[in-house]
Amino acid sequence: MMSSSSSGSGKKFSVLVVDDDPVIQRIHRVFLDRFGFETQVVGNGKEAVDLFCSGASFHLVLMDWDMPIMDGPKATRELRRMGVRSMIVGMTSRDRDSEKQEFVRAGSDDCCSKPLTSNTVTSLLQQLHTKYH
Amino acid sequence: MDRNLQRQVANMRKSLFDQGYLDEQFIQLEDLRDDANPNFVEEIVTLFYTDSAKLIRNIENALENNPSDFERLDDYMQQFKGRSSSIGAKKVKTECSQFREYCKAGNAEGCIRTFQQLKQELATLRRKLETYFEMARQANT
Repeated sequence: MMSSSSSGSGKKFSVLVVDDDPVIQRIHRVFLDRFGFETQVVGNGKEAVDLFCSGASFHLVLMDWDMPIMDGPKATRELRRMGVRSMIVGMTSRDRDSEKQEFVRAGSDDCCSKPLTSNTVTSLLQQLHTKYH
Repeated sequence: MDRNLQRQVANMRKSLFDQGYLDEQFIQLEDLRDDANPNFVEEIVTLFYTDSAKLIRNIENALENNPSDFERLDDYMQQFKGRSSSIGAKKVKTECSQFREYCKAGNAEGCIRTFQQLKQELATLRRKLETYFEMARQANT
């Protein structure tokens, strides 16, 4: 059973997918739409930072590690420096704990392995409900 | 619907898992199919092969021009492993991991050999999935 993806006021949770891989972009968009999120996708960390600078806001940011122009840890540090309070979750295919720790040190709330699974999204929804209710 | 063909499709699907070509992630993709995205899995697989071509070329060029740059090779292969994971390409992922082990060991010959095997696994999986998707289409008409 899917958890409700609304933020309590009836509005949907919004998520920003930051990943340069078109396959992951497509999978994550369909996955997240299925769980009722409002989803936007950008291709690198700089685009994510620029989006927040333009006034956009999201409940959740799914941040890839390896990206051109600006990678995930750097974008995460920049967003936190800007005062962004969104839940930021690093998404990485890297399987070394030290690298996952680096993502967390950069300011992410958590780090998950790619690709997204139903269990991961369900867990993220629970965390979002806790954060925003 | 041709029941015999449906049975053949189901058997082929099962064999792709039993023979280790695909893993659980492929099932996750299948679960995302719906009326709005009926060909989602085929679409993702096609996108994977189209997008992977550039990365494969990069690895080939790196192996040819600078086979001792193991850091760069490992970086490329780590990206490719991640992409292969996203479609559940299990045997391809195994070759990626083996390649990375050779990078860690500084074994250029091992990298070259494993890369050839990886390309073979990619081609085999592509053929099998194309056959499977075609059979599934015929079974549903």
